Amino acid sequence: MSVIGNTALSFSDEQAMLLDVARQFCRDRSPIAKVRAQLETATGYDQALWDEMVALGWAGIALPESCGGSGMGVATLVPVVEAMGRAMLGTPLISSALAAQLLLRAGNSEQAERLLPALAAGAPATLALLENGDWGSETVALELDQDGVLHGTKKYVPDATVATLFVVCVKHRGETALAVVHAEQLGAGALQPNTLIDQTKRSANVDFSGVRVDASNIITGAQVTVALRDVRLLGALLVAAEATGSAAACLATIVDYLKTRKQFGKLIGSYQALKHPTVDILTATDSARSFIYHAATLVGDTALDRDAEIACRMAKAHACQALLYAGDRAVQFHGGMGFTYECDAQLYIRRAQWSQQQFGDAQHHRKRLATLLLG
Amino acid sequence: MSTSEKELQAFRAEVAAWMKANNPADPGFLLPQTFMEVGDEQQLEFLREWQHKVWAAGYLGMAWPKQYGGGGVDPIFQSIADQEMRRAGVPICFNVIGLGWAGTLINDIGTEQEKAKYLKGILTAEDVWCQGFSEPDHGSDLGNVQTRAVRDGDHYVINGQKIWTTMGNFAKYMILLARTNPDAPRKYDGLSFFLSPMQAPGIETRPIRKITGEFGFTETFFTDARIPADSLMGEEGQGWKIAMQTLQYERGAEAGAAGGQAMVRVTVDDMIAQVAGVQRDGAPVLQDPVVRDQVVQAIMEEKAIVLGDRRAHIGALTSDYPGSLPLSNKLRATEMTRRMRQLAINLQGAEGALYVGDHEARQRGFWQRAYFNSFSATIGGGTSQVQANIVAEHILGLPK
Repeated sequence: MSVIGNTALSFSDEQAMLLDVARQFCRDRSPIAKVRAQLETATGYDQALWDEMVALGWAGIALPESCGGSGMGVATLVPVVEAMGRAMLGTPLISSALAAQLLLRAGNSEQAERLLPALAAGAPATLALLENGDWGSETVALELDQDGVLHGTKKYVPDATVATLFVVCVKHRGETALAVVHAEQLGAGALQPNTLIDQTKRSANVDFSGVRVDASNIITGAQVTVALRDVRLLGALLVAAEATGSAAACLATIVDYLKTRKQFGKLIGSYQALKHPTVDILTATDSARSFIYHAATLVGDTALDRDAEIACRMAKAHACQALLYAGDRAVQFHGGMGFTYECDAQLYIRRAQWSQQQFGDAQHHRKRLATLLLG
Repeated sequence: MSTSEKELQAFRAEVAAWMKANNPADPGFLLPQTFMEVGDEQQLEFLREWQHKVWAAGYLGMAWPKQYGGGGVDPIFQSIADQEMRRAGVPICFNVIGLGWAGTLINDIGTEQEKAKYLKGILTAEDVWCQGFSEPDHGSDLGNVQTRAVRDGDHYVINGQKIWTTMGNFAKYMILLARTNPDAPRKYDGLSFFLSPMQAPGIETRPIRKITGEFGFTETFFTDARIPADSLMGEEGQGWKIAMQTLQYERGAEAGAAGGQAMVRVTVDDMIAQVAGVQRDGAPVLQDPVVRDQVVQAIMEEKAIVLGDRRAHIGALTSDYPGSLPLSNKLRATEMTRRMRQLAINLQGAEGALYVGDHEARQRGFWQRAYFNSFSATIGGGTSQVQANIVAEHILGLPK
């Protein structure tokens, strides 16, 4: 058996249609001027636009029909998120989708059917995992005590300020468990928004201390650990898909400039010093797309197997590196213009730094790939 | 004629068993990995014998006509035989210019006389073929071929020089592109195509010593060389068209080639396997965290190429730049190969400094030689830098 392993890559007509619709929607409804208009707003996105996305069914696309979704499976999020990344369209879609996946995979059917329909209908949700900057940390300090009261803070919780529901990773009776917290349960001042490098994104530190969690909203058992692992892998995949779209948009921005900007009497795109790295960005973006759709081929609604884990980790390790390179070169190739806030290169270099840090950076995943592939 | 799945399976098993039983023992010297690496008589004779054996067993030229030494069966059988040769890791069928290009061409457009004269010798490996397209000053710009061919009675008189003639010193025949009419309004219309003998007065080959220290190519000089007039293929002025047709033959039985594997495929698995026993800091090299990360990156690079080949067939996923994957394939694949081989040597520790000829060299210096030879792919057929220009201009639309 080759170390290259599984190389399945398929894409259904249904997914192709979805990709087409998503791309067109994002292109039409989220031009770069609209993205820029949201950079300094509190939520970071346009509510009317989010409502349209919900009306298209995207909030429930991966949720079962019994929970108000369309039952198309978690893989269908990949083309949607790639299209959003291409348009630099933020919104809480990724956070909500991952919170829903966590509930779906770890919770029971009563919990799923009670909590998920609101998410499918567009109520933003999020997952609260980190307590420090270490994506590789195995410990959970946030305590859910015997009386069902939470003690502690989660950091960098994505889209926390708009989330109506938090799926919180907690320590309960010595085991890792999940607690579902509604936004209205949080105390005044519980949310401390972060100032993020990527201004299309939002996150906050959230102090859950004192929140009393109803027994029906506590999820325990061995499946919690598996679900957490899988949702982190799916998170890595979705961020990779988004980064792939952003890298493609960044490449288009570079190519446009190289075709129009003249220096020393020549279009700068004719200089090989700019041409060849641009081709490197193209091939890196090409590989990123291959990796994310390979991973999308392998992930399903059941627990992720070894091949799927490898695919998600490779997708994340590669796609975010591709975007880092694209964003970095975009700034450089725009020259003095690239140093300004006005130039769109800043959007991509910022997104690149944000993406790299979500769900573990390239080194985090390659280290785990080494164990998976080399023993 | 439809062939049942069962019949094909039985055939596959038969070939696999034959290859296993007949895979030659280690000859005691390093064999060429591609047909461009046949450097001496010892290697040539070994490979000639092997190819003859494969042909005699009925696993080469399977789809070529029976009366010319072929098997006369559906090309699917040859494809299966080729796959099994690869899988078994047997030596290459080295007469590649004949099997894949010249013979395929002769089969497609040659006269009965040409087929009878040339095809069988290609299959049996009795007649080695070489190619005379490239010239010293024109790289891969075939439209500019300057070698002259002038009709003189029953002969053509050839003057000029070819370079990078693979196996030029071993070849009996050459597919030769030469200019018969220097005054043609379009330079392409002045070219003609010859099935030229190599043993003719006025043809001299001079071996080129490669970066590896070995031989494999020659320069070929034509000084008032006289070749029979019936060496001309088709008519005068058709050279460009025939040369283009020749370049379009891909290796593979479906495209009409005789088959046989042209090169021993080397993968990242081979790179990993070769470090068995190598120690670093007193532990197996693959336990070193820095090395592990480099190996993972090499695995990802190879996997990305395999996945890219898959994605290239899915229209909806190639809509940004539809030609990107196929057009950049050479660039990506050859650069990946070069980097992987460089890393392979790096993984050997101090042994990495040993070379072909040293009895302690790992795999007789296979990786050292393979690394050097990998440049033939990043340079030949358009350097990576030219390839990058082509991708930039044709795919991204960047200015020249």
